[in-house]
Amino acid sequence: MSTSNSSSMGQTFDPQAAAELREKRKQKIASSLAKRHRKEKTFRILGFSAVVTGLFFVVLLFGSILAKGLPAFWQSSISVPVYFDPALIQVGAKPVQKEGESPAQFQERTIAWQTEMGMVDWDALIVNSMIAKDSSLASKRDELSGLYTSSEAYRLRDMVMADPSLIGQKEQIKILADANVDVWLAGNIDRSLPDDQQQISPEVRQLADQLKANGMIENTFNTNIFTNPDSRSSPATSGLAGAFMGSLFMMMIVIFISIPIGVASAIYLEEFAPKNFMTDIVEVNINNLAAVPSIVFGLLGAAIFIGWMHLPLSAPLVGGLVLSLMTLPTVIITTRASLKAVPPSIRQAALGLGASRVQTVFHHVLPLAIPGILTGSIIGVAQALGETAPLLLIGMSAFVASVPTTPLDQSTALPVQIFLWQGNELRNFFEGRTAAAIIVLLALMVGLNSLAIWLRKKFEVRW
Amino acid sequence: MNLLLMGVLLALIAIAYQIGLSKSRNLAGKGNNSAKLHSRPGYYGALVALWCGIPAFLILLVWNIVEPNILRHVVLNNVPASIAATLDQASIEVLIDRVQAIASGFGVSDQAAAYEIAAAQQLAKIETISSFAKLALVICAALAGLVMAKKRVAQQYRARNQVEKIINWSLALCSGVAILTTIGIVLSMFSEAMRFFHFVSPIDFFFGIEWNPGFSTSGNAEGSYGLLPLIWGTLMVSGIALLVAVPVGLMIAIYLAEYAPSSFRAWAKPAIEVLAGIPTIVYGVFALMVIGPFFKMLGESIGVHINATSALTAGFVMGIMIIPFVSSLSDDIITQVPRALRDGSLGLGATKSETIRQVVLPAALPGIIGAFLLAASRAIGETMIVVLAAGNSPLLHVNPLEAVSTVTITIVNQLTGDTDFASPQALVAFALGLTLFVITLGLNIVALYIVRKYREQYE
Repeated sequence: MSTSNSSSMGQTFDPQAAAELREKRKQKIASSLAKRHRKEKTFRILGFSAVVTGLFFVVLLFGSILAKGLPAFWQSSISVPVYFDPALIQVGAKPVQKEGESPAQFQERTIAWQTEMGMVDWDALIVNSMIAKDSSLASKRDELSGLYTSSEAYRLRDMVMADPSLIGQKEQIKILADANVDVWLAGNIDRSLPDDQQQISPEVRQLADQLKANGMIENTFNTNIFTNPDSRSSPATSGLAGAFMGSLFMMMIVIFISIPIGVASAIYLEEFAPKNFMTDIVEVNINNLAAVPSIVFGLLGAAIFIGWMHLPLSAPLVGGLVLSLMTLPTVIITTRASLKAVPPSIRQAALGLGASRVQTVFHHVLPLAIPGILTGSIIGVAQALGETAPLLLIGMSAFVASVPTTPLDQSTALPVQIFLWQGNELRNFFEGRTAAAIIVLLALMVGLNSLAIWLRKKFEVRW
Repeated sequence: MNLLLMGVLLALIAIAYQIGLSKSRNLAGKGNNSAKLHSRPGYYGALVALWCGIPAFLILLVWNIVEPNILRHVVLNNVPASIAATLDQASIEVLIDRVQAIASGFGVSDQAAAYEIAAAQQLAKIETISSFAKLALVICAALAGLVMAKKRVAQQYRARNQVEKIINWSLALCSGVAILTTIGIVLSMFSEAMRFFHFVSPIDFFFGIEWNPGFSTSGNAEGSYGLLPLIWGTLMVSGIALLVAVPVGLMIAIYLAEYAPSSFRAWAKPAIEVLAGIPTIVYGVFALMVIGPFFKMLGESIGVHINATSALTAGFVMGIMIIPFVSSLSDDIITQVPRALRDGSLGLGATKSETIRQVVLPAALPGIIGAFLLAASRAIGETMIVVLAAGNSPLLHVNPLEAVSTVTITIVNQLTGDTDFASPQALVAFALGLTLFVITLGLNIVALYIVRKYREQYE
């Protein structure tokens, strides 16, 4: 455009040529206008579809996890009255510590008694009780013993061990079906597969179908997933209790280490630190620490806490320490942001009335910043709750079949349990379990995050 | 014992606070005229409490660290030299456990040897003495601190300044923890990586094109430790992730910042950011259960072989994960572009999309590149998604439909399982970690520099 102007400038002004030129330009703009509007529309649709794609992924992620995981909260079980037959349970009385006996000797006798208990044919109790309920099953003892999961026998043993007066009595007990039976009944395996690719024998399959049809096997809500630790020998009873306790211990450690230290260092950096080279280094350092990959913290834990300090492997204590270090930058950065948001006039007013700097910060600034600090801390803890990679490196991926009672016991954590379950060979069964564990983890995280949002909404102050 | 002592100490601290408080109130005279005092009475109380507590706690801490070592010596001194010579490390631990069980009165189930009983008796004696000594020392220290601090409480004593100094110091100490963490990371990785380089030369490691470390049982560096296949896999997966995340994330940011009505933005933005809060293990399982099989099926239907676990699967899912990362960072940057630039362009007759493409985006470009680099460093350091969904085949190939291996996968593989911590097969994880740390650190420093520079430009 500018070239045509300059070329016409040199000549004398010709109104007709100018009008022509203007007309031409108008036409050019008009003809390109439709194209430009089309482009505008395409661009806009492109943007909208990007948003829709993003939302679609959110829905897909949650939808597929829920679809796979929710059914796993229900599991096949057989509810029968179990008769604790004294003829089958022939054991001596529970040992009592005698006068003059050392605790070690008493422990030995107790173990001997427990071994005796373990020799009882508990499986026979279960099979007998099923036959007692439906006498037509009497000829199928072997198939019946394949129906339920193996640890149910130990559960009966533990019940009697805890309360020997049960012997001779009848009690209604929910016996969990074997994992493969559950998979078969839930339709999680292709029923048309030939026998050699099925996990259980045709007789057991047929029996399972028959009992399901006559209502002896029911699909009941599975509380085991919340109350039991992981189990290898009896996958049907495996649960999240151990992993949950491990995560709980670690979160406690994160809360008690990361939040006080993080808040204290944020207060120092924001309110007290002199502006010098050292402080600059600390600042740059914290910003970079926040972006260090989490697995590097795992390496740090493996080298320092385990290799150098010889803390126990797989312990929530070590996991908690590693996660605390990882969460620290998040807490510091969010705390600093919320301290920064407190208007300087508050500080000036306090200082003007003669408060010292420490008094100003702790009596006036900090209380106003607490909602922001809480929100940031909760988000940091939620992040730590979902972190897996560093825990694998400090040995928390070991199989642990007990619920930890102290932070020094062996333990797993919720996300690690998900990792372990997704790798289990019993794929058909554990796919559901994995998704169910994810639902539990996500529910906890959603809970924590909504708490953070609620706190922010409730206490938010706009200056 | 320690808990009891801790309780006693806390009680003493509470008493000390009260003593300081009441003494300063007495000094203030009748009517509690605290104007006579330099500080408010609470500060005198706090000062006395701190003097009472801090030295005592430090002594307790040191004692608890030193005591077990001394007790060990006591046990080992009682073992006859002829037997001690036959013991290896593990049986020494067993012996100490046994002696401790006897000493505590729990006993052992079999017959204890004479020297064990002798050791146990001595151990029990020393344990008793030691615990009384600890109790006495700690309480004495607490009381001494209390008395000394109480003596110093006077009308014009600057208690507040003292207390504030202590507070200041402890805050500064806390901010040192972050520095210590960094130093810990660098030192531990560096020293372990150095141990690895005793086995394998750095040139073979950094420029080797074959990754096959062998098994740690052999105890020496037999295999080949070439880093390049792993770096290549990492770059391939992160590249795919960025190809997914950058266009989608950027368009989301543009649409939400420039086009969307505020009511739509109000719920769509947090809804997409939900993706950022989901744990990576969940993405890994999602890739394995949903995306992997889907790609495999898609490949079958068009006649291409796609592995269920491949660079494509891992990269795609990782891309989903970093979409919110790219979109919210770019959103911040786009909204920071001054209004005047937009108005100028619109006033000249440009359409909205022309304004965005030719004015806003070029102005925001440095910031967007910063966001891009931050997202890249995120993708490179990501672990769980690739562990579950990238397969594990450390080969140099260019086909994204095949399995690959990355730096992070290899770190996890080398350090989990039955590896001897001192073998090169385990130590290589630290060399890999160091590489990863340096790469992500470099990306972050550049990215933060660019973002900050850009921010200054418009402030």
